Amino acid sequence: MKEISTPLDDKTIKSLKAGDQVLISGIVYVARDAAHQKGIPFDVKGQIIFYAGPTPGDPIGSIGPTTASRMDPFILPLLKKGLKATIGKGPRSEGVKKAHKKYKAVYFTATGGAAALLSKTVVRSEVIAYPELGAEAILKLEVVKFPAIVAYDSHGGDLFQKGRKKYSKLVTIRHSRGSGNPFNSLDAASSLPAGQAGAA
Amino acid sequence: MREINTSQIKQAVSDLCQKSSYTLADGVMDLLRGALKNEESKTGKEIITQIIGNAEIAQKEKLPLCQDTGIAVVFIEIGQEAIIVGGEIKEAVNEGVSQGYKNLRKSVVLNPIDRINTKDNTPAIIHEEIVDGYNIKIGILPKGGGAENMSAIKMFLPTAKKEDLIKFIVETVVSNGAKACPPLILGIGIGGTFDYAAYLAKKALTRKIGAKNKDTVELEKEILSQVNKTGLGPMGLGGRVTALAVHIETHPCHITSLPVAINFECHAHRYQEIIL
Ligand code: SF4
Repeated sequence: MKEISTPLDDKTIKSLKAGDQVLISGIVYVARDAAHQKGIPFDVKGQIIFYAGPTPGDPIGSIGPTTASRMDPFILPLLKKGLKATIGKGPRSEGVKKAHKKYKAVYFTATGGAAALLSKTVVRSEVIAYPELGAEAILKLEVVKFPAIVAYDSHGGDLFQKGRKKYSKLVTIRHSRGSGNPFNSLDAASSLPAGQAGAA
Repeated sequence: MREINTSQIKQAVSDLCQKSSYTLADGVMDLLRGALKNEESKTGKEIITQIIGNAEIAQKEKLPLCQDTGIAVVFIEIGQEAIIVGGEIKEAVNEGVSQGYKNLRKSVVLNPIDRINTKDNTPAIIHEEIVDGYNIKIGILPKGGGAENMSAIKMFLPTAKKEDLIKFIVETVVSNGAKACPPLILGIGIGGTFDYAAYLAKKALTRKIGAKNKDTVELEKEILSQVNKTGLGPMGLGGRVTALAVHIETHPCHITSLPVAINFECHAHRYQEIIL
């Protein structure tokens, strides 16, 4: 496992490849749907945004990633301003994936539903904006060895695609007559449709 | 006849909400340990190891397994010989949810359009059924949004073959599954009506995970094996274990109908029940 610390510099970003397991230490900002809609009020340069909404607790309750693709409509301007990484779960749109290459950024996934375990890596937590949003407020966390996996790297690498290709044993599923369903071969590398809500 | 007071119901619901937040449903841990052995992907193994470690920490420290402590889906079976006294049963359930979610995340909005948070995780989704006997059985299935939102239903032609149903299920897993926190548990409802198939799919998740329904065991096995050939793997990052279990419930239906509903559930499957 690679150990990295925030803020992230270009050298670190460049060294990360899709599939790498990393341990992140330093400052990580928490923001999700409502906070993105209101606007990200801090300087994102070199920073990491963790898409999450924790349970109450001290310094934090359980905290784990939410579906990243819901924040796809908001990420481009942030990458332009120098945001270097996000942490979430699930695949994102093709456009967002490509933007990671263009703006030299990384998308990490953390294990969804491992929120009790992940909460143990948080040593400090502070609400820095939108306290009225409750579980959706913006938090500044200090984490020590937060485990994450590089899903999209800054070179165009995509672990969702690579991983599935490697382990898929599915080529086609036979179709029988009379169902009225058009036959589609289920290609191992078929792309993931956008537009699903996702959550956490 | 037997009297059951709504205060008992309220307390039971509250306790179940608490307990389910930090306890994996029966059977899940065994399947996770098996999955760790079967998984070939290095990333997949790491993820399953984290999931198992998480469940142990959650149980020991009574910390929520997942930060999404869900909307409470409540199944109540009321024995027809039981008399409920002291108030209204739905009110008691919601009061129990409100109390049980005090230190959990409040993830319910009152109106789906305006989206104002009710701040106490009520109202619950309540399914009531009248059954034989004197008892009341209450089951709580806290349902996170990530898995729930990936669910799907399709009204097949009655002449559709088994293979067509399997194809629909596997394709839905391929397109939606990565966002539902795999390894998954799939609840599948076949038959009934549009609404009832969806209900069956949810109800299928209340069965002890991994326990067999003798009428559907072969189909469950076949779907599980196909789903685990998709290569999606833990968290969709590639691997052998995409699903831990497939549970199917069926029901008679109209001669022209063949509804099939898939309710996605994540590995953080929480379900607890009690008999009063
Ligand atoms: S899908 Fe399940 S494990 Fe994943 S974030 Fe939602 S509730 Fe948690």
